[in-house]
Amino acid sequence: MFTHTHVNDNHATADEIIRCEKLTKRYTDGDILAVDRLDLSVYHGEIFGLLGPNGAGKTTTVGMLTTLVIPTGGKAIVAGIDVVAQPALVKQMIGVVSQTNNLDRSLTVWENLYYHGRFFGMNAREARTAADESLVRFRLAERGKADVMAISGGMAKRLMVARALLHNPSVLFLDEPTAGLDPQARIALWEILEKLHAEGQTILLTTHYMEEADALCDRLAIMDHGHILAMDTPKNLKQSVAADTIVTVSASGDLDALARLLQEQVEGATRSQRLDTTIQLHVKGVTGVLPKVVAVAEQGGYHITDLSVAEPTLETVFINLTGKELRD
Amino acid sequence: MATIASPANRTARPTRSPGAASRIAFGALLLRDLTVLRKNLGIFVARTIIQPFLLVFVFLYVFPEIGQGIGGGSGLAGESAFAAVLVSGVVGLSIMFQGIQAVALPLANEFGYTKEIEDRVLAPLPVSLVAIGKVLAGAIQGLIAAAIVFPIAYAIHARGVEVHLDVHWVLLITLIPLTSIMTSSLGLVLGTRISPRNIGMMFGFIVLPITFLGGTYYPWTTLSAIKVGGFPWLQALVCINPLIYVTEGFRAALTTQSHMPLYVIYPVLVAFCILLLWLGVRGFYRRVLS
Repeated sequence: MFTHTHVNDNHATADEIIRCEKLTKRYTDGDILAVDRLDLSVYHGEIFGLLGPNGAGKTTTVGMLTTLVIPTGGKAIVAGIDVVAQPALVKQMIGVVSQTNNLDRSLTVWENLYYHGRFFGMNAREARTAADESLVRFRLAERGKADVMAISGGMAKRLMVARALLHNPSVLFLDEPTAGLDPQARIALWEILEKLHAEGQTILLTTHYMEEADALCDRLAIMDHGHILAMDTPKNLKQSVAADTIVTVSASGDLDALARLLQEQVEGATRSQRLDTTIQLHVKGVTGVLPKVVAVAEQGGYHITDLSVAEPTLETVFINLTGKELRD
Repeated sequence: MATIASPANRTARPTRSPGAASRIAFGALLLRDLTVLRKNLGIFVARTIIQPFLLVFVFLYVFPEIGQGIGGGSGLAGESAFAAVLVSGVVGLSIMFQGIQAVALPLANEFGYTKEIEDRVLAPLPVSLVAIGKVLAGAIQGLIAAAIVFPIAYAIHARGVEVHLDVHWVLLITLIPLTSIMTSSLGLVLGTRISPRNIGMMFGFIVLPITFLGGTYYPWTTLSAIKVGGFPWLQALVCINPLIYVTEGFRAALTTQSHMPLYVIYPVLVAFCILLLWLGVRGFYRRVLS
């Protein structure tokens, strides 16, 4: 069991560490409803992901939970503290890694950690020790004296994670942690997050990479236009598609008619959907489906230009929910 | 891998009261700013000295040496009188510049594309204290600037030109902190209201008028000679300029020359402090929170 001893007066269950109730943000500038009555719970020790395209409201949600965005409605409780009522207190409990490199350019790599420790109440000796240990832990020890502008993007991100963790936060927030990183740096960061997860660190991250959400997260909320469309484990979300094979078809001619034709005539087809230039056909419980698709299409007078099969992914789930692809 | 944050020792509740955490964080923010100042001490001193040095060098050394009359054309006596005017003006101006350079310029950058300020905004204290910390750090730089500039302004002048100063310590000791806070609050206002790409315009349209119409080169009392239809319009107009109260204050503190009454200078400086600090903190909120 977890080491929670307090009874929470904010109606959160004991190991619930983030709770949003009808959390809403409407920007008066342009009258944009960025987040619309969001209900969300994140539990102690889990990696929770907000998955969705740009503009879905993920960053605004994280902003509200980290005191930088003021909600226009609803409630957010983090570590038992009302974010709107006591922002300064919440800040003791959270670590935040923002999307952009916001390292202090006037300070060195080591100093970024040291002063962060001081902000959070460490004395000089404690902060020095914590900064030293953190540099080793995040494989930055050789660059301690470097200017933060002189280190690579991957290192800068690691330093931001190191800094956010220096004061032992209850929740670590990461906004698009691997956006703009090269594949190697991305994998290195995933390993760090998995290690933190194994140590029991609660993490909330946002991403628009479905592979990242799939690989890292215990639970996911799929977001679009300020709403949560689905929330579950990646496995359950993929199973909700009710298909074991996804066929993607590119062809000439009337794609809408072809989509209908394929669903009617291909054995085991559970759903077909026309996207921009392709058709997605969901098939369940049938092997050797490709020849059947080709046969049906050619009998109907269509010329297939490309064809591929895959297992359902979170992308499929997203398409199912929104009718559009995640990556535009 | 050393384990710093194991689940067992990870905080489940805030370890400090909001007041204690704020106090500690506020001190650490100042420490950070002073560290940055120490790292850039050479540049700080150079940029503090350059303008007063040039002003004093040209007006109090070059002009008298080449016989270019200044100070009412009454020869060395006029030049000596002007020297006293200029010394008080230069000290005031330096504090003013320091406020803008120490607060407005770094803030404009930190708010800009880099959002560097974010980690400090996320420190466990109210956002308003982060802004006030910036002002305080800027004010400390203003104090240091005053200490550096004063001897320069006093020492550099041509032979025959005498700088007669008559220091009123009570005024000096109260004015330097007051004006330092006022000018770094102005820096906070400018830094939070002006976007980084417009920072060049700030110098042209705000800093230059403040400098030239701020009583650096002339006592405010003498402006009464400039009239339209019997109305001393320039003397009235410059009253909106906060620098005029700074330079007049230093004139009162450092010379025996006529100056704006102290019962005007002090209340107006305090009022400017409050107004600019309030505007600055509001601007800061608007920039870091949405």
